Amino acid sequence: MAFVAFFIKRLLQAALVMFVISLIGFSIQDNLGDPLRELVGQSVSEAERQALRDEMGLNDPFLVQYWRFLGNAVQGDLGDSYFFKRPALEVIADKFPATLDLVIGATLIIVLVSIPMGCYCAIRPKDALARTVMGASIVGISIPVFLTAIFLIYVFSVNLGWLASFGRGENLVEILPGWETGFLTLEGLAHLVLPSIALSSIMLPLFIRLIRSEMMEVLEQDYIRFAWAKGLAPRRVWFLHAFKNTLLPVITVGGVQVGTMLAYTILTETVFQWPGLGFMFIEAVTRVDTPLIIAYIIVVGLIFVVTNTVVDLIYTMVNPTVRMVGAQT
Amino acid sequence: MTFPFTKAAAGALMACAVAFGAGAAGVAPAEAKTLRMAYDADPVSMDPHEQLSGGTLQFSHMVFDPLVRFTRDLAYEPRLAESWEQIDDRTMRFKLREGVTFHSGNPFTAEDVVFTVERLKQSPDFKGLFEPFVGAKAVDDHTVDLITKEPYPLTLTMATYIFPMDKAFYTGTDENGEPKDAVVKHGNSFASRNSSGTGPFVVRSREQGVRLEFGRFADYWDTESPGNVSEIIFTPIKEAPTRVASLLSGGVDFIAPVPPTDLERLGNEADVNLVTMPGTRIITFQMNQDRVDAFKDVRVRQAIVHAINNEGIVEKIMKGFATVAAQQSAEGQAGHVPELTPRYDLEAAKALMAEAGYADGFSVSMMAPNNRYVNDAKIAEAVASMLARINIKVDLTTMPKAQYWPKFDERAADMMMIGWHPDTEDSANYTEFLLMTPDPETGYGQYNSGNYSNPRVDELIVQSQSMVDLDERAKVLQEVERILYEDAAFVPLHWQNLAWAARQGVHIEDVVNVMNFPYLGDLVIED
Repeated sequence: MAFVAFFIKRLLQAALVMFVISLIGFSIQDNLGDPLRELVGQSVSEAERQALRDEMGLNDPFLVQYWRFLGNAVQGDLGDSYFFKRPALEVIADKFPATLDLVIGATLIIVLVSIPMGCYCAIRPKDALARTVMGASIVGISIPVFLTAIFLIYVFSVNLGWLASFGRGENLVEILPGWETGFLTLEGLAHLVLPSIALSSIMLPLFIRLIRSEMMEVLEQDYIRFAWAKGLAPRRVWFLHAFKNTLLPVITVGGVQVGTMLAYTILTETVFQWPGLGFMFIEAVTRVDTPLIIAYIIVVGLIFVVTNTVVDLIYTMVNPTVRMVGAQT
Repeated sequence: MTFPFTKAAAGALMACAVAFGAGAAGVAPAEAKTLRMAYDADPVSMDPHEQLSGGTLQFSHMVFDPLVRFTRDLAYEPRLAESWEQIDDRTMRFKLREGVTFHSGNPFTAEDVVFTVERLKQSPDFKGLFEPFVGAKAVDDHTVDLITKEPYPLTLTMATYIFPMDKAFYTGTDENGEPKDAVVKHGNSFASRNSSGTGPFVVRSREQGVRLEFGRFADYWDTESPGNVSEIIFTPIKEAPTRVASLLSGGVDFIAPVPPTDLERLGNEADVNLVTMPGTRIITFQMNQDRVDAFKDVRVRQAIVHAINNEGIVEKIMKGFATVAAQQSAEGQAGHVPELTPRYDLEAAKALMAEAGYADGFSVSMMAPNNRYVNDAKIAEAVASMLARINIKVDLTTMPKAQYWPKFDERAADMMMIGWHPDTEDSANYTEFLLMTPDPETGYGQYNSGNYSNPRVDELIVQSQSMVDLDERAKVLQEVERILYEDAAFVPLHWQNLAWAARQGVHIEDVVNVMNFPYLGDLVIED
């Protein structure tokens, strides 16, 4: 069956990608710096450091280390974080819900704002509001997330005192064992708003512009003209016939952007001291916590592979012509 | 209130269930004061002997108590040791406080001190500091002797590092079959997850890198302490602007460190209590004499020191938030020589270069970290442009500290930046690490990337290590500073200042000190 073949092929590709990622991740570790520096005080003697390096296996040849790593990795063990002193995957699993909250928050903002805005700008391109939105989106896209975040903190947290400036707050609701979310309490939401806006600030203008241009293109097509000629109500033409076809490319781009969003969580989480994956990663880099860095790279690589596969699958459902390509291969 | 119930927290909670229960019940509502504090990082472990770092020592002062501690003007103050006397030239006898209990409920005795000193000698990070010691010997339940191998002037200073640990609590094996007293640098040891000290605070829950909660120890021995903080919520906030914003928005009560760029602003805020103080961390450049022949000439080294306007750097780059240095020892330290003053004089520098035959200058490489010291990369850029004025062309590379230290160990550039804060708060410590002739056997000169070597300096420092007459010793250390000044052994820039900020009503000014370990047990909060 074409679908199964497609799936198996995807799985093999994913395995290969993961292998390459692990190799790259493992081979850059020598350039990240010396983990011992972060583990011991400055006045500790070189002999003492060497003894620790030997004990940790850091003095073994590259291939020996990599082989040992691979052997453990296929059993699901990516090593212990030097800093957290726990399995790296466990640390990542702990931090994941926080990042997921943030990504969901930002996605909600993007979806709820970009779709109406994008459609409006496409339907009434010459309107003053549309022009303002387009102008603002250029500004939005060019301001770094870092700056947006600090600006938000100073306005809404320091000056107005409405929202929290850091962290996730205390009243989180545990929806699954070890899985807490801030969406269900007022305090959690007060902590979520600013980081979610900051994280969405890069992607939001992009999506408004994308939806606008796609929709404008669709509105020029023959079948829309026929719909107008048929005398259908404007709402029906815009939101049923035109909007549906606008969504196709938006889904593709959206899927790819989920990965990019993960990259931007590094900046957002750092500014807001958000206890998620991005902040954990940047900290791991400054501490040269190599097992955690490699585990993060592998997990994020996996997320990329999975989202892309899922997008391809959704695509085949939304657009039947794609399935033909899948079947041929 | 809910708090994440991690495994570590569970362990800590069980360990101090008694104290926790009592702490929650014993605090009268009017007295209950919560301190929410934000530092740039949280302690790496609950084990006071795992890493020798500011964060660990700060934690130790909260959960444990030292035998003695420094006051704000670097005098010794009795804590778990009530009094002490030198009984012979290698032995100091400490009389211990009676009626002190650990968080576990165990009584504190001399055996705990013996246990702690033995453990310090096992710790990779602390064993260097305790190398001069034979060990501790219990005389009776509340008397203990600290014995050194040779006569040793810093016994009392080292006693500030002895935070007695609960021997009974740390004896035996944990659920993994590992000994509870093991010092493990990179593993999940019992001591890194559990603690029982005699200190003012008990760890209530801990989520590493996110949140650390303390409750006040109900049976704390120091009932004279004015401190009224019943609960501490410690959050690491790495980004300086966020940390400052959290204080301004009322999210936290106390922050450190305060970034130099925000000092003026916080100083002007009516409801912020900003406290600053000169520190003892010296920032320097070293000139590698093995890599550059010209650096062997004292006139060239003097020219470089004369060409660098370190007063200007302090004023413009550090915004006045540093103390200009001409030597290593800060004011108050034994080796400090008040007559040694900064030497910026561009004309003299040019003349010295000409005299040495380098009027046309030469090229050197320079490296500095960009996230280790306050404004480190900017300082390096300024120094590079100042050297251009005496025709020394500098090829500067800056990099994150993680990459910088391996480069430093390789001595990878002709001029390298190094900052130093002596763990012992003692003048000799600077020279031992930064400027003595490098010797892998003894560890001297471990951070001497300039390969400066002066037998007289080596001799004087070694001599100072066994001088128990502190006045004579100070003279020797001052002579060392004078020689280093004459030799232009290194480029002194400045000592970094320290800063803390709190909201009004949080009286941090009474508990902060030059070591940067605020004594939070004594902190008073008003409404």
